[in-house]
Parts: sequence; structure tokens; C-alpha cells
Amino acid sequence: MLAGSGWIDAGVVNAGDGTHEHPTQALLDAFTMRRRLHGAGSRGRDLDGVRVVIVGDIVHSRVARSNLWLLRTLGAEVTFVAPPTLLPSAVGAWPASVRYDLDDALAEQPDVVMMLRIQSERMHEAFFPNPREYSRQWGLSAERWATLPDGALVMHPGPMIRGLEISDEAADSPQSTILEQVANGVAVRMAVLFLSMTGNDGAAPTETEIV
Amino acid sequence: MTTHLIRSATLVDGARADLLVRDGVVAEVGTGLSAVGAEVIDADGLLALPGLVDLHTHLREPGGEASETVLTGSQAAAAGGFTAVNAMANSSPVADTAGVVEQVQALGELAGYVTVRPIGAVSKGLAGEQLSEIGAMATSRARVRVFSDDGICVSDPLLMRRALEYIKGFDGVLAQHAQDPRLTIGAQMNEGVLSAELGLAGWPAVAEESIIARDVLLAEHVGARLHICHLSTAGSVEVVRWAKARGIAVTAEVTPHHLLLTEQLIAGGAPAPLDGAYDARFKVNPPLRREEDVLALRAALADGTIDIVATDHAPHTAEAKQCEWAAAANGMVGLETALPVVHQTMVETGLLDWSGVARVLSSEPARIGRVEGHGHAIAAGAPAELTLYDPAARRSFDTAQLAGKSVNSPYLGRSLPGRVVATFHGRPTVLDGAVLAPELVGGAARG
Repeated sequence: MLAGSGWIDAGVVNAGDGTHEHPTQALLDAFTMRRRLHGAGSRGRDLDGVRVVIVGDIVHSRVARSNLWLLRTLGAEVTFVAPPTLLPSAVGAWPASVRYDLDDALAEQPDVVMMLRIQSERMHEAFFPNPREYSRQWGLSAERWATLPDGALVMHPGPMIRGLEISDEAADSPQSTILEQVANGVAVRMAVLFLSMTGNDGAAPTETEIV
Repeated sequence: MTTHLIRSATLVDGARADLLVRDGVVAEVGTGLSAVGAEVIDADGLLALPGLVDLHTHLREPGGEASETVLTGSQAAAAGGFTAVNAMANSSPVADTAGVVEQVQALGELAGYVTVRPIGAVSKGLAGEQLSEIGAMATSRARVRVFSDDGICVSDPLLMRRALEYIKGFDGVLAQHAQDPRLTIGAQMNEGVLSAELGLAGWPAVAEESIIARDVLLAEHVGARLHICHLSTAGSVEVVRWAKARGIAVTAEVTPHHLLLTEQLIAGGAPAPLDGAYDARFKVNPPLRREEDVLALRAALADGTIDIVATDHAPHTAEAKQCEWAAAANGMVGLETALPVVHQTMVETGLLDWSGVARVLSSEPARIGRVEGHGHAIAAGAPAELTLYDPAARRSFDTAQLAGKSVNSPYLGRSLPGRVVATFHGRPTVLDGAVLAPELVGGAARG
């Protein structure tokens, strides 16, 4: 609202607002995917046709929302996997596929599996019975991780709850990008701050502005 | 395995046919069939119905073995022409984990009389606070698809909403016991003129109708399947009719006793031995209602507003029933009498034909409960799940005709039409009207 009010000239960066959006997380996630999938040739390449599965508490997740919009913009296909209680009621209107069964989603051999954090308090509001059942049905266990294609990325925005939504085997595997996401987050957010402080609408900053 | 040749049975469409049952399958349907060494059953004048499927049975085990076990309840079911029952979750321990539902299913397989499909609890311990391990039960060996806190209403609207959504993810259905707990505190019988006169606390129709109205709207909002247990009032019929016209995925059941009996029996006047007033064998939840409710329920079953008949077979020990009205337990046994009562209330009145009976007591309950291998029309290649019924018989009902462990039937002394002559669950479980011995039917016999 502030950014669109016309009251100020300063750049405003959304650093994550409630359960709405988290744009810089989406930027760093997309950057991480591009780096891993395209390697040295990632510059200028989008994510056309890349199949991304996002698993977990979609309804409360600002990460899921921002990722959906950015990944779709970059040409990726997004599938949300969650119990129906953890999906927004109008999720059918979003440009994403929806599945309730994680094994069915993984059987399609996705390119990227992004796990979201599950807050165990959610069970007190009856979103799911208990952490054990959540983990059994929707956790990326060692067994499920082993069914993924070799090149598939395992992502998580952190903080992780190991043993609930993700197993050690998956989180610490070579396919895991979780620590890279943290490192890339620093670079991406530096870039965001730099551009918003110095440039206008993405135009390259002039030398005097940099000074 | 013995081959059975059923001669000259009448199918639900009125056609006459011989049926050859071999290796658990209806091998042939035709006329003039013969098979060397087959055991012949003369079915002249008998109806061949697809095996009945009960969506609402209390088998009591584990925990309530004094009133019924999976074995004795299965025998009662077979005696009534059933080949599959869905066992309610209010056992002790409650069927709210994979372990309990797998145990109940295994006991059913061991008994061998019917397919026993366990129903899973919606909430942990039926406490109405926290979801039970629905996913674990759905993906267990028991493959639970029906979830219910029956006996207790899922009254918290938030828990109900979440349960409907969560169960949807496993292709399940939530079977609701529609009873607002606050409107029925201490309730003893239908609230109305008679409860006022008898001095018993009332169970108002609105306590059922308001919950059904809320729940069909919730089911619509979240796009889930809802099933209403033992619908009992004319007003509930109107709500369900409205919901179906709106396209909401709701189904409903009526019990045989709500199709026949009225609250007036509580004041006395039933045939002996139930002729005294305040006979607790008429105490049931939801309670017996008025004549106009009974007629509305019959009409709704005939026009499809109510989808199925389910027994709510609820065995109780003698001591739980032979006591003062207020202290007595709710519930009636009903497996052995379901088909005769539907015969009397729906067929003899011209409201349903026999294919309609097959629909409300077999194919639809099998479809709603996802009971695989049941509910099929009798045809070559179909599983041999069928019952032979003599529609011309009529007899006074007594305890000798009950095959379960408890005798709390509201029909004792009453003249009822029809008689189940034989039931096949792959192989015979009832022949000549008598339930076969466990060693001829059970897991060992099936080898």
C-alpha cells in the first residue's frame, strides 16, 4: 500500500507479509533452481517446462504464493500437495495443479520438490490429526526421497523441522539446495536492495546514483 | 469347494433363472442348468437378491463382547441376508487407529460370514476435539473409507469442516450422527404431545434438522461427501431434498425401525411381550417419531431423497435394557429383521419393487461405503454375494429367529412377512433358514 500510495519516492521491499507474499524468497528460489538446473548457462534462461511440486501448509504459506506467481511467470508448472485442510478453499482458481497424495505426485518424477515447514500447532486447530500422521502421509521420508529422479532438487525455505516434513536423508542429500538457498538469499536480497535504492523500474543505475 | 445349483429363483426384475455358484462366483445364470455333483437348492418361489450391505452396524468388539462380537454380529447379519456390514467405530478402544480397524477387519475375515468393513472414528476417542488418524486408517490394510463418530454428533462446526475436508483427501465419506448435543441434554424420547404426557425429556426434531442443514452447507462449501445416519424426521427429509436439488454430495439413510414404529409404542399397546408402557426395548437414538414422520420417511425412500436403509443394529445386554426407561441404553438389534420390515413398509405398500429393495439395501450402500465386491446385480461372473428370500412366508417374530448375542429387538411378538432361506458369501452362510456352524464358514473352512 505504501509503495503504491504516491506519498514517498523511496523504494519499498516486501520482506514477507504475513500469510500473503514473500517475493524475495521466490526470487532466491527461482535463482537457485536456474543455477542448479542450467549450470553455467543459466544467465538469461527461464524455467520453461520445469515441474515443481510444493508440499505442505499451502494455506498459511507466503512462500507458496510468491513462488507460484514467479514460477508461472518463468514458465514452470506448479503442483501443490497437501491435505485439503491445508489448501486455500479457492485453490482451484490458481494456475496450479492440486493433489492430496504425495506418492502420486512423486510418481510423476518432478524436477523440483519444495517442502514447506509445518507448524505443529496446526493440529490443535484440527488441520491434521497429529505430527506422526502428517509425516507419514506428507513428509519427504528417506523412502520417498529415494524414489526421486537423480537430478531432482530438494528445496526448503527453512527453518526445517527434521523428522516432520523432511527427513535427514533428503535434507542432507546432494540434491538438497537448502544451504544454497540461504547463501543465494543473501545475494538476491543484496541485488533487490541495490536496484530498489539506486534504479527506477529496473533501469540500470547511473554512475552518479551509485556514488 | 462345493458347487451349488440354485433352481428356478426369481430375480429382482421378475425373471426366473437357475444360478450356478462355483468357487465363490456366480458361474452361470440361465434356464435348465445342470452340473455334475452340484448341491441343488430348490428356489421355486424364492427371490434371489444381491447380498445385502449394511452401512451402519454395531458389532461391539473390541470392548463390548458381552452384547455382541464380530462373530455373533456376523452371524446375525448372515441370518438377515447380509453379506457385508460396516462396523461402527464406537468400540472400546475406539476405532481411531490403524491397529483397531485392522483387528476388526481380521476378526471379520476369521468369522467368514460377511465382509466386515470397519468404520473409522472422525475424532480421537470420539471426543470431538482433534481429528483421529484418518490417513493411517485409510491407507491401512483395512482401507477405511467411511468415517463416523456415530453415537456422538460431530457438533463443533470447525472440526466438522476440517473433517469433511481431510476425509475428502482419501476418497472417504463422513457419516454424521445428526444431533445437537445442547438441544438434547437428558433427552429420552421424541419431543411433542406424547413426551409431555409421559413426563419424559424431549428430543426435538430441530436438534437433528439444524445439524443436517449446517452440514450440507459445509459439505457444499468444501466440496466433500457427507452421509446422514439414521435420518428420522419429516423436516430432515425436506432439508436433504433441498440439498440434493442444489447438487450437494449428500446421501442419507433411514433405519427399518423408523420406517415402521412410532413413539406411541412407548405408551404401551405393542403386541405381547412388549405390550407394557415404558418398555425400554423401544428406546433408541434418534428416538421413534410420529406417524407423519414415518410416512414422510417412507415417501423419501421411495423417491430417492433417502438413499438407503441401514440397520443401526445396536445390541445391548439384558441388564442394559431391563431397567427403568431413563437408565436404559439406546438401541435395538435389527440385522435379522431389516428385510422383512422393508418388505412390509415399502413393498407391501407399493412404494418400492424388489429391484428398489436391492438398490436401497445393496447397491447404494455398497457404493456409498466403497464396499468392493458387493452390491452387484446377480449375473454370470459376479461374486457370489446373494440371498434367497421367501416373500410368501409370514411369521411371528421371536428370539429364536435372532442369531446374534443380544435379544433387544422391538419386533418380538409382531407378525412380519418373509423369511431369509439362504445366504451366500462366496459359499453358503445360511441354508434352510439356519445359520451354518462357524467351522463350516470361518477362515479355517475357507482354507
